[in-house]
Amino acid sequence: MRKDIILHLSALLILFLLEILGIFSEYHQGNFARILVLAAYGVGYNILFGYTGLLSLGHALFFSAGLYASGLSIYHLDYNIEQSLFLGICISALISLIIGFLALRTIGVSFMIVTLMFSQIAYLSILYFGSITRGDEGFVIQQSSRVFLSMDLSNPKIRYYSALLIFSLCMLINLWIAKSPFGRVLVAIRENSDRALMLGYNVKLYKLFSIIISGTISGLAGACYGILFGYVGASFAAVSYSIFPLLWVLIGGAGTVLGPLIGAIFMFYLIDYASDITDAYMIIVGVALLFVTLFARRGIIGELRFRYYKWIS
Amino acid sequence: MELGPYLLFASLEGLVHAAVLSLIALGLSLVFGVMRIVNVAHGEFFMLGAIITWWVSSFVSGNPAIGFLLALLVVPIIVGMTAVLSDWLILRHLKYDPEATIIATIGILYIIQQFALMTFGPDAKPVEQPFNIRLDLYWFGFSAYKFFVIFSAIILLLAIWLVMSKTKFGLILRATQLDSETAQAFGIPISRVYNIVFGLGAAIAAVGAILIVPIQQAHYLMGGEPLLLAFIVVIIGGLGSLKGTVAAAILIGMSDGIISVFFSPNIAKILATLLVVVVLIIKPNGLFGTTKT
Repeated sequence: MRKDIILHLSALLILFLLEILGIFSEYHQGNFARILVLAAYGVGYNILFGYTGLLSLGHALFFSAGLYASGLSIYHLDYNIEQSLFLGICISALISLIIGFLALRTIGVSFMIVTLMFSQIAYLSILYFGSITRGDEGFVIQQSSRVFLSMDLSNPKIRYYSALLIFSLCMLINLWIAKSPFGRVLVAIRENSDRALMLGYNVKLYKLFSIIISGTISGLAGACYGILFGYVGASFAAVSYSIFPLLWVLIGGAGTVLGPLIGAIFMFYLIDYASDITDAYMIIVGVALLFVTLFARRGIIGELRFRYYKWIS
Repeated sequence: MELGPYLLFASLEGLVHAAVLSLIALGLSLVFGVMRIVNVAHGEFFMLGAIITWWVSSFVSGNPAIGFLLALLVVPIIVGMTAVLSDWLILRHLKYDPEATIIATIGILYIIQQFALMTFGPDAKPVEQPFNIRLDLYWFGFSAYKFFVIFSAIILLLAIWLVMSKTKFGLILRATQLDSETAQAFGIPISRVYNIVFGLGAAIAAVGAILIVPIQQAHYLMGGEPLLLAFIVVIIGGLGSLKGTVAAAILIGMSDGIISVFFSPNIAKILATLLVVVVLIIKPNGLFGTTKT
């Protein structure tokens, strides 16, 4: 138990030291800031997929809900960062509640397709209301509005620390859930939902809570992504942004706290190198998906836990 | 044009949509019904059909009808074999576990799509219509080829229905769909059946692509939209129910076509999904479906 908490805190400490000791080059510093926010999105995804065992193919909907709610409120309504962040969280929580309520009427394969369709509709709606959302082209959040407590969030150093803060927050929430009775029930549902039902747990309600937590964390990550990097576009709502968190979680290890981070680092750099070589760099995603499903079902951290360190959360 | 003729025009366009959509959705539904797996790469097999049709027709000079007929012969086989191969290499090893298969087919989706980008290129490319006759329908002219598309789709759907209900092969498929374990106990080689069905589903989508590509253009991203519509169709029609699939395809295809003509294609898709929401609330198993998933 204690070893476990030390492991996760030291992972955060390493990420902090990398920056404060100036080990990062400017390029990797920027990359890692992105990776940390995306990994927070992965953490959100993992709560639903890794712990509850519900495979969603439409999480881009929640990510872009946060992204657009906060981005549009800054762009059109001149909200400040706190207000827009709050709005982003509320909207994504509300949308996860609605989607969860509808999608949980189905189970298994239908659930996956239904989530995929909902997110596709969000994507099409963003394109359709192009006069407000600026469609495919997207919009830029001006540097002057990206100021929080008189700190300029576009400054690379502050941006990195903010990203680390957000990731730490999401990761610790995840760790806490994994250790809590609530998290145990989620895992019980994943392993055998009929038995959980027999034991008297309200499986549907637990699943709904799981979707809300997962969707809200994803939305928080989306809102922060827009604020920290200053760009909001329809590509973040496209199918590929639903597939990415799935891939990160699978590579890192579903149902592990550090899995999404490891997976996100791995995929980010793999795609980064591949896109120097070819335009068709998404082929890497395809190959990685096949590789994970065929040969490495547990993922990196999952494999470590299975073979050596049973205590990892 | 007045409203009446305009509505007729929109309905005809809608019928063309519905014809192609029912082929695509039927392929998806067949694979789901028999194998109990969702093939997310289905749209990419459709796209593959379209770009190979372009490739075949660009090889054949002279009358475009020759290229078209050649495509009808060759393309379904190539696409079907690609699907058979991916089943044999990948899905078979996953033991058709629903979650793993859906992730693997997403992988296949990206590989086919990006492979098309590398070889075919990022631009949309047109294919000439095999015959260019305009029928004068009093208020407006309408391409005879579009009637041909509707007609061929009906013929093909009837043929599939006959095969499914009257032949031994169809009986084997239905037996596998009903209870694969018992079917195996009676000596049906399940893994071969799965292999063939996966190829067949992709080949049916490819025929849809051959028919539509002289009207639409071939493009490496064209697989996404029909996949979304096909999903809507199979959910409304009930996953795995062939009759339901065709009925829902006509409903969705027609309304998609009509709304696209009057308003915008995006609105049509948004409305169709809202319809899915309504169906899910009233009847989680689809309007015609009896299967539980």
